[in-house]
Amino acid sequence: MDLNVMISYLPLYKEALLLTMRIGWEGVLIAFVIGIVGSAIQHFKIPVLRQIMSVYTELFRNTPLLVQLFFIYFALPQIGIKVSPESCGVWGVGLLGGAYMAETFRSGLENIPKIQFESAESLGMNPLQVFRYVILPQAVTSSVPGLVANVIFLLKETSVFSTVSLMDLMFTAKDLIGMYAKTIECLTLLVIFYLIMLLPVSILGTVLERRLRYAEFGD
Amino acid sequence: MQSLGIDVLFKGKNFIRLLGGLWVAVRISLISVAISIVLGLIVGVLMTSKNKVLKAIFRVYLEIVRIMPQMVLLFIVYFGTTRVFGWNLEAEVSAIFVFCFWGTAEMGDLVRGALLSIPKIQYESAMALGMNTTQVYAHVILPQTIRRLIPLSINLITRMIKTTSLVMMIGIVEVLKVAQQIIEANRRSSPNAAFGLFAVVFILYFLICWPISKLSVYMEKRWS
Repeated sequence: MDLNVMISYLPLYKEALLLTMRIGWEGVLIAFVIGIVGSAIQHFKIPVLRQIMSVYTELFRNTPLLVQLFFIYFALPQIGIKVSPESCGVWGVGLLGGAYMAETFRSGLENIPKIQFESAESLGMNPLQVFRYVILPQAVTSSVPGLVANVIFLLKETSVFSTVSLMDLMFTAKDLIGMYAKTIECLTLLVIFYLIMLLPVSILGTVLERRLRYAEFGD
Repeated sequence: MQSLGIDVLFKGKNFIRLLGGLWVAVRISLISVAISIVLGLIVGVLMTSKNKVLKAIFRVYLEIVRIMPQMVLLFIVYFGTTRVFGWNLEAEVSAIFVFCFWGTAEMGDLVRGALLSIPKIQYESAMALGMNTTQVYAHVILPQTIRRLIPLSINLITRMIKTTSLVMMIGIVEVLKVAQQIIEANRRSSPNAAFGLFAVVFILYFLICWPISKLSVYMEKRWS
């Protein structure tokens, strides 16, 4: 292993890490929004929208991200929808994640005892208030372990971005191996940078879960 | 008229080729799932042991699998180990190896969860009846665990099938690669075949994974 080579590659990897993190987190943000809105739609049983939502979750949960990205990036332009690689990545992760997040929130909602709804209503809250002040905080809390797992899963999935010519970590490593054949150095750096990206999330998630479980025992 | 590639799909053996590509992906995942379930059962039982060293090792193993993208593992095995050890590894073998490494951890964690969810009284009652450890596991604990595990392991199959789409990155010709080849071959006669073909690949994956995940939900409801 040649340390000098590795150091000379560092700036390239740093660029790639920033890009991967930016797109990954933007996607996660979209996923959260879709997830909350989607689970609310299913919870309030809004007609039409609810059916659309369940078709969407089934479609995106049962196909690989790679296939979804290929569809968005190569197939959609054929019917006139042009997508840049970057927004393709963001929306790919966002749509895939939205389907998973919606499921996680939904099971969080289902776990809330019915009496919570009834008590809130008897206090004179309207449905929106019930959802905002009583249900949502509890649903988010009880679905935290699932949400953390989803976030890690989504950030990991970003490794397929290289197929739609985004210069992410995987792309950089592949490119450098192709050019200079320093396979071991490139792969070691790849592992290190994925650790930098995901280890903090994993640790934070574990701490958060422990905190919440502590809170649960409190009451 | 733009046909969006539906004509290309039924030209010659194209559709059969596409299905053949899908079979490659499904075959890899089925082999990996079979091995992962067996190894996962062993690893899961070992994870519940009180041995500190064993516990630490499995924690590190789980964390690696949790954090490292499968694609990175594929690259390490297919490009990295071949370089370091100088052996000649077939792409399919390294894919199966990586998916087993990943699947065993997932399955092990599921087994551990299922084992811990069994009330302690079951162990104690079995012991009180004079059974030894092997008997307790074989006759009391495992039958109950397996019942809880079946829906979860079916779920693992769909996740495995979805993840095997990555193998095209290490040069295995599976369904996406076949679709790409067909599109390239017909670039002149139907320049916008990409839509039809990638849509079909999308639907094919859905048609395989959807019934399996429905089955797992159904079993979970029926057996809980």
